[in-house]
Amino acid sequence: MEQPEQDVATTSLPKPAALRDTRPPAAAPTGAEVFKTKSVSIYYGSFRAVTDVSLDIYENEITAFIGPSGCGKTTVLRTLNRMNDLVVGARVEGDVEYRGASLYARDVSAIAVRRRIGMVFQKPNPFPKSIYDNVAYGPRINGERKKANLDEIVEHSLRQAALWDEVKDRLNKSGLGLSGGQAQRLCIARTLAVEPDVVLMDEPCSALDPIATGRIEDLMQEIKSRYTIVIVTHNMQQATRVSDRTAFYSVLRDEKSDTRTGVLVEYGRTQQIFEDPQDSRTQAYVTGRMG
Amino acid sequence: MAVVSAETGRPDLREAKGWRRTKNRVMTALMVIAFVLVLIPLGFVLFTVIAKGASVISWQFLTGQPIPPIVVPADVGGMWPAILGTIEITALASVMAVPLGILGAVYLNEYGGRNWLSALIGFMSDVMTGVPSIVMGLFIFSIWVLHFGFSGLAGAFALGCLMLPIVIRSSYEMLRLVPDSLREGSYALGATKSRVTVTVVLPAAIGGIVSGALLAVARAAGETAPLLFTILTVTTANPNVFSGANTSLPSQIFSNANQPYPGAQDRGWGAALTLIAICFILMIVARLVTARFARYQH
Repeated sequence: MEQPEQDVATTSLPKPAALRDTRPPAAAPTGAEVFKTKSVSIYYGSFRAVTDVSLDIYENEITAFIGPSGCGKTTVLRTLNRMNDLVVGARVEGDVEYRGASLYARDVSAIAVRRRIGMVFQKPNPFPKSIYDNVAYGPRINGERKKANLDEIVEHSLRQAALWDEVKDRLNKSGLGLSGGQAQRLCIARTLAVEPDVVLMDEPCSALDPIATGRIEDLMQEIKSRYTIVIVTHNMQQATRVSDRTAFYSVLRDEKSDTRTGVLVEYGRTQQIFEDPQDSRTQAYVTGRMG
Repeated sequence: MAVVSAETGRPDLREAKGWRRTKNRVMTALMVIAFVLVLIPLGFVLFTVIAKGASVISWQFLTGQPIPPIVVPADVGGMWPAILGTIEITALASVMAVPLGILGAVYLNEYGGRNWLSALIGFMSDVMTGVPSIVMGLFIFSIWVLHFGFSGLAGAFALGCLMLPIVIRSSYEMLRLVPDSLREGSYALGATKSRVTVTVVLPAAIGGIVSGALLAVARAAGETAPLLFTILTVTTANPNVFSGANTSLPSQIFSNANQPYPGAQDRGWGAALTLIAICFILMIVARLVTARFARYQH
């Protein structure tokens, strides 16, 4: 289910010089693979949404998935924490390995997977609870009951999400009363509160204005030394700004049967993908001649 | 292209003339008329019941007993047995039907999905909605009253059968309105299905579920037919809802309305007013409770 493309012009404004270089230097990636997918194809019923995707995602890096609408980038993302299990008829072929364990093995619990691999969604989806209860939700379902510990987790998570100063005086107010950008940072805080290993982000900024987008991008840079992040984005400038590696997906159309399926066209260092693409389709897309 | 009025030199932003304006006005008028038509019976019922019933309402009427049989002075006896019976029987019926109905709706929407069992339950519950209430009374009469005798419990069974499909249907519709994005947000934190249901879905739908359950309670409190064959309608208070014949306001109203004596009829009107007041108080309490539950929803 793809939303209409964002108006790229609104989110590609250059940042003021004062803001541009304030990020801390990125932690050196350890180089360990967090995910290894091998020849993954994903079906919704008889429709093959994605065909033959093989890629490795590395620890403490930000990996961006880009590509035109309907190319399956969100589908691949949702396969990485088994969110697609919730879709009736969804099926995965091939192997998705997470730190050496096969995610789709018979004895793997999707619940246990999602406790380690969190997800931030396209539309901010705070629960109709107080700000405090939103953040404390994950720790609570994991069995944390002590008020003092919860207080600490809530403050720490909100600070990580750069939201603490804005909400510390109204933690008991509804999470639905926040602005779009604040609500999305609340959802990020909620995800970080369970201390996941990986954070998957599905177009987290597509509903936000450039200032809120900038905040969330800064936030990603700040937390990536502790987490591995995979982000789906329609915004190529965002991919170049935040990501270490970029995977470009495209739609492959079979002329004979007139069926479409998403494929991984090219995957590499972000700089290489944007400056020296090896595939003509990647080049057409990143230079704006397609999609 | 800016269309500029010839006279003023400015764009003409007034309402368009002609058929569109006429249509708009006709439709607006029809809607107002429809609204007023709906209000007329409501206002008329309230007015009649208050006009005829208010005069007999007194502390003695509300708390005294037994229920006077025929023509007696206004200060002898009272409706207490019927008020107590209605409260007892409706409360017991609610205790049985509301939790079961909500659990049924949770199964239908959260667990069953599109499997054959949930399709069957959904269909059966819709069929049950259409069963006439007197048939529910006869059903309980034949399977319970014939063996165990008249009791408030039997009445509560009949009312519960009546409430169950209403609670299932209204709760189901409310659960369907909870956006999937909330469920996904909870699943993404590693919640199990039961956690998602209890901590996110039910709290998000609680306002509507309470309203629906309340509608069912009010409906049951006003039902006469299922009680005629199950509680017998006696004239003395029976605090034991589980055994012995009982009475209730609706069946007492029915009985009083059948009497040729003006005194009994007046007491019938008074009982009707009491019933409306009980439902009204219940409505207000439930609204307050719901507001408390839903305080984070906007």
